[in-house]
Amino acid sequence: MTTLPQNTGKKLGLVIDLDTCVGCHACVISCKEWNTSNYGAPLSDMDAYGESPEGTFLNRVHTFEAKLADKPAQIVHFPKSCLHCEDAPCVTVCPTGASYKRVEDGIVLVNEDNCIGCGLCAWACPYGAREMDAAAGVMKKCTLCVDRIYNENIPEKDREPACVRSCPAGARHFGDFADPDSNVSLLSAARDGLELMPELGTRPVNRYLPPRLKDDITDSSSIDILAPLLDPMPETASGFLGWLDKALEKF
Amino acid sequence: MPPFEQPLLNPSPEVSDEIRKTTCYMCACRCGIDVHLQDGKVKYIEGNKDHPVNKGVLCAKGSAGIMQHYSPARLKAPLKRVGERGSGEFEEISWDEALDIAAGWLGPIRENNPSKLAFFTGRDQSQSLTSWWAQAFGTPNYAAHGGFCSVNMAAAGIYTMGGAFWEFGTPDWERTKLFMIFGVAEDHDSNPIKMGLGRLKERGAKVIGVNPVRSGYNAIADEWVGITPGTDGLFILALVHELLRAGKVDLEYLTRYTNAPYLVNGDEGSAESGLFMRDKDGKPQVLDRATGKPVAFDKKGVKADLAGTLRKGGVTHRPVFQLLAEKYMGAENAPAAVADRCGISADRIRRIAAELAHVAFEEEITIDQPWTDWKGEKHEKMTGRPVSFHAMRGISAHSNGFQTCRALHLLQILLGSVEVPGGFRFKPPYPKPATAHPKPHCAACPGEVLNGPHLGFVQGPEDLMFDDDGNAARIDKAFTWENPMSSHGLMHMVISNAHAGDPYKIDTLFMYMANMSWNSSMNSGKVMEMLTDKDENGDYVIPRIIYSDAYSSEMVAFADLILPDTTYLERHDCISMLDRPICEAGAMADSIRWPVVEPERPGHAGVRGFQSALIQLGAKLGLPGMVNEDGSATYQDYADYIQNHERRPGVGPLAGFRGKDGKGKGRGAPNPDQIQAYIDNGGFWIDHIPDEALYFKPWNAAYQDWAVERGIFDKPEPYLFQIYVEPMRKFQLAAEGHGAHQPPDHLRAQLKVAMDPLPVWYPPFEEGVVDPEEFPLHALTQRPAAMYHSWGSQNAWLRQIHGVNPLYVSGEIWQEHGFAEGDWAWLSSRHSKIKVPVVRMDALNARTVWTWNAIGKRKGAWALDEKAPEANKGFLLNHLINELLPPKADGMRWSNSDPVTGQAAWFDLRVKIERADPGDQVAEPQTPSQKSPVGQGPKNVSYGEQF
Repeated sequence: MTTLPQNTGKKLGLVIDLDTCVGCHACVISCKEWNTSNYGAPLSDMDAYGESPEGTFLNRVHTFEAKLADKPAQIVHFPKSCLHCEDAPCVTVCPTGASYKRVEDGIVLVNEDNCIGCGLCAWACPYGAREMDAAAGVMKKCTLCVDRIYNENIPEKDREPACVRSCPAGARHFGDFADPDSNVSLLSAARDGLELMPELGTRPVNRYLPPRLKDDITDSSSIDILAPLLDPMPETASGFLGWLDKALEKF
Repeated sequence: MPPFEQPLLNPSPEVSDEIRKTTCYMCACRCGIDVHLQDGKVKYIEGNKDHPVNKGVLCAKGSAGIMQHYSPARLKAPLKRVGERGSGEFEEISWDEALDIAAGWLGPIRENNPSKLAFFTGRDQSQSLTSWWAQAFGTPNYAAHGGFCSVNMAAAGIYTMGGAFWEFGTPDWERTKLFMIFGVAEDHDSNPIKMGLGRLKERGAKVIGVNPVRSGYNAIADEWVGITPGTDGLFILALVHELLRAGKVDLEYLTRYTNAPYLVNGDEGSAESGLFMRDKDGKPQVLDRATGKPVAFDKKGVKADLAGTLRKGGVTHRPVFQLLAEKYMGAENAPAAVADRCGISADRIRRIAAELAHVAFEEEITIDQPWTDWKGEKHEKMTGRPVSFHAMRGISAHSNGFQTCRALHLLQILLGSVEVPGGFRFKPPYPKPATAHPKPHCAACPGEVLNGPHLGFVQGPEDLMFDDDGNAARIDKAFTWENPMSSHGLMHMVISNAHAGDPYKIDTLFMYMANMSWNSSMNSGKVMEMLTDKDENGDYVIPRIIYSDAYSSEMVAFADLILPDTTYLERHDCISMLDRPICEAGAMADSIRWPVVEPERPGHAGVRGFQSALIQLGAKLGLPGMVNEDGSATYQDYADYIQNHERRPGVGPLAGFRGKDGKGKGRGAPNPDQIQAYIDNGGFWIDHIPDEALYFKPWNAAYQDWAVERGIFDKPEPYLFQIYVEPMRKFQLAAEGHGAHQPPDHLRAQLKVAMDPLPVWYPPFEEGVVDPEEFPLHALTQRPAAMYHSWGSQNAWLRQIHGVNPLYVSGEIWQEHGFAEGDWAWLSSRHSKIKVPVVRMDALNARTVWTWNAIGKRKGAWALDEKAPEANKGFLLNHLINELLPPKADGMRWSNSDPVTGQAAWFDLRVKIERADPGDQVAEPQTPSQKSPVGQGPKNVSYGEQF
C-alpha cells in the first residue's frame, strides 16, 4: 500500500477536445516514439512483424459509434491515457511503492526500479490506462512527459507532452488545473469539461471537452429562418433578365 | 508504515546529440521534421515549428518514421531476377552491373525506337527531373501516378480557374466562416487540413462534410451529408440551381473576373456554334454595358454586360452567364428532382444552399488593403465571401469526376469565393491558367530528344497525340479521343495496354515507387498474370521490367532488375517550384531532403536515391544534358543536379539562396553552397508575398509583377476564370462532325456528353453496364490517417493501428442480410468476387460498403510473417474493379476511366453482398506467396533500448 500526497502543489493534466479530435492517432505514435527512448524501459512490440503484433502504448485512441435518436449515427474518437487521478487507486494498491503521485505536480509515475510487475495497479485502474510491458516486465503508463516538461535541454516552447506538441488539430492542451486562470482550467470551464466516471471517486485531473451538438438543423424549421435568402425571382425568362438587368446596376 | 519517499528524478535528461532538419516523406504532405540523432542513430522525430506546412505538428505516420527508416523490408542491394517473374527469386548484384544491364537494355531502344520504353514514375516528388530525363531519352511514354489518383481534380481546377485544391491552394483558414469538404482521403495533405479544422473549431466556424462515410474529418463535421457515391455533381448543381433562382450569385465578381460576359455564338449546327465571338486579334468579345457594343474582354474601363444579347449577321450571341442560367435553372436540376438519387432531401439541399448564400452575402468581410487590378483599376479594399470548399478523390475518382469537379468550381465562382478573403486561395506557382502550361508532346525520333514536355493541357482536337497513321502515340492512349484532356497520363492502363499490344508493343517497362502489381492497379490478379504472361516462344509478353523501390513491395517480385532506393532520411530531394512545392497562399516556399543519416546496408552493395541512379544511368546512355562534350557526366548525383541544373537561365530546381552571393530569390545563377544554405535554414526557404498581392492573385497587378520577379512567370499572366471552357466545346464540335480532326464514330456520342463546356452531370458509367437490381450497392475505399498507401504495413507501430481492414457494412444492409458479429461475406462485382470479414457501421450511407485502402498484403511481401493478418484477413477491393468496361459490340477496349481525363474510375464500383461460410477465416482470393529478398522482420522490437 502506497500513500498519496495530501495535496499537490500543481495539478498537471490534459484537456482533450472530443469535438476536434479526428482520430488520426498522431498523439498515439508521438507518445510511443518519445517514451520508447526516454523515461524507463522501452515500449516493446512483441511479434512486431508477425501474426499478432502487440506493443505497449501509453496512449490509445478508441473509436465509438454513437446512435442517437432522430439523427444520423456519429463517430467519436476517444484518446485515452492516464488521467493522473487525485485519488489514484493504482497508487494505493501498489505493494512496493513503485507507483506514486508526485507531490509537486500530481503526476502519477511508476518507479521502474521498484516495480515487480505484479500488475495490481492495472487491475485497480478503472480506466485501463496502464500497460505491462511484455519485454521489460514492468508497468508502463503516461508520464505527462515528465522528462520533457521541465527539460532544460529543449527549448521552452517545446516543454509540453509529446502528444500535445504533435496534435495536428490542436485537440490536446496541457496545463495546471490547480490554477483557475490556466489555459486548461479556462477551456474546461468554457466548454463544460467532463470528468471521466466521477462516480468512482478517483477524482481524475484530465478533462474531456464533449463533442458539440451535430446535425442540429432539422430540415424544415431552419428553412423558415433562412428562407428569405432564397426567395425565388420571377419564373419567366424575361423576368430573370429583368432581375439581372436591375442587379447589374448595383455595382 | 514508513512515510513514502518520492524517488529523485532527473528532469532534464539529454534528448539527443544533434538535430537535423529535413522534409518528411511518410506521405506526400511534405512536412518539416526535426530528426534527433544519438550515436548516429535516429532517436526521435518531431515536427519543425518554423516550417510553413506543419508549423511543428506531426501526424502518426511522421512520428512513426523511425520504424519506416529501420524497416526490415528495406532493400539492400540491386537485384537481378533468377526465378520466374512473380516468384521473388533474385540475386544481389553490384551497382555497376545493375546500371550496365539497364543501359544495355535501354541504349538500343533509344537508338532504334524510343517509344519502346514506357517510363512511369509513381508517387515521387521529382517529376521535373523524371520528365526531363524521359524527354532526353526521347520516349513519348512518360507520366506519374496522377492518372489513377486525382487528375480530374487537378485538370478541372486548372482548366476552370487556373489551379486546384491541395497543393495548388487552400481554404483561407483564418477567415472562412463556413467550410464544406467533399470526399477527402485522410492521409493526404493531412496535417494542413487537420490544423485548419482545428482553427475553425476554435472559432466555432461551421464544417459541413459530404462523404458517404463518416470517418475522420467527417466525424467532427458539424453537419454530415452521407451522399450516394457518384452523385456529388448532381447535388452541387442543385445548389447552383437554388442560388441562381434566388439571385444569390456575385454578379460583380462574375463580370470582372470570369468569362461570364463572353459572347457565345448561338448559330446551332454551324462550325462556330458555341464558340466565343472574337475580334480580328482573336480576343473574345463582351458587350459594353454603356454602349451596347461588342468590345474586347480586356478593354480598360469597360463594364461588361451579362443581361444583353447581340444579333449580328443573323446570329444571336449571348453571354456565357445567360447560357449557364438557362442550363441550371431548369426543373431537372431542382432539389426535388435530384434528392432521391443523391440520398439527400430536397429541403436539406435548399437549406444548405441558403446557408451558403447567407454566409457568402450577409457575412461578407473586408480587409482595408488597397490593390490594383490587371486593367489598372484601383480598389480601396479587399472584399471577401467567407465560404470555402475542399475536395479530393471522393468526387474525382468517378467516370463523371471531371465534370463534378468543374461543378464544384462553378459553385465556388458563383459565390465569388475564390482568391478572396475567407474563401479559397491559390498557392504559388498557382494561379496559372491552362494556356500558360505547355501542350503535350509525343514526336519520338530514334536517338533524339522528344520535341517537348510529355504532359500538358490541350486546347482543342489539333493538340491530341496521334502518330502519322492516326493511332494513339502513347502507350497509355493519353490525349486521344477516348480521354482528350488526360493531363497526367493514364499509368493504370500501361500494363494492360502493353500486354495487349494496344496501341503497340513495348520492350521495357520502367517504373518507380508505385505498387502496380497490387494496390495501385485495378484488377490486381489479372495484372499479375499480364506481368508474367509468356508468348508462344516462351518469352514474356512484356519483355523487360525495371523497377525502383526502397522496400520489398509486391511489385518488386515482378521486375527483372531492381534499383533499390534509399529511405527518406538517407536521400537528397528538392520539393521544387518546378514541380509540387510547399508554398502557402501567402508565400512562395520550397524545401529539400538531405541524408540526415548515411545509407548503410552492411555486407550488401547498398542503395542509391532513385534520382541519383537515374542521372547516372542517363550519363551512361549519353543523354543530352547529362553528359559534357568530353563524354563525362554533367552531374555526379541528384544533389549535384539540384544545385547546378538550370531549367531556364537563372531558374533551377531550388528557388532560394540563388546566385553567387546566395541572396537570389527565385532567380539567380547556381550557388555551389545552396543546399548547405537550405540545411542551415532548417531545410526550407520561404519568401512572403507582399500584402497588396495576397488576394485576387489572377487579376492583381502587384502579384503578377512579384511572380515575374521571382521567376514564377517570365511575363505577367493575368487571366479570367473559365466558367465556360471553350476547348471542350471544340471537342464537341468535332464530335458533331465539324473540323479537320474527327473522332472515330463510336466515340462521338460520348464526346458530345462528356465534353460539355459547362459543368454537367451524367451517371457513372458502371451504372450503365451493370444491372442495378443485381448489383445494388456501392463499394468504396477510404485511406486512414495513420497509413499512406501500402507503406504503413511494414511499420511495426502503424500496423498495430490498421492491421486489418474489415468490410464496413451499413446497418441497413447488415439487417437485410442477417449478418452477425464475426461473419464473413462474398462481395461480387460484374468482374469478380472476394471473400471478406464484415463489420457493421451505421455512420455510413445506407447503400454503401467500404474498407480501408491497401491494408491487404501478398504473403512474403514487406518482410512480414506469412501469418500476418494483412496477408490473411486483409483484402483488396481492387480485385473487383476491371480496368476495362465490359466489351461492347464494337470490339473496342473501353477504359474504366473518366472520358475527359482518363482518371481511373475507382469509385464507380457496384457490388452485391452475400453471407459466406467463414471456413478458415482467410480472405479470398489468395495469391501464392512471393519469396522475400530481404528475409523477415525480427520477432520482437524494443526500440530505444540502446539510448
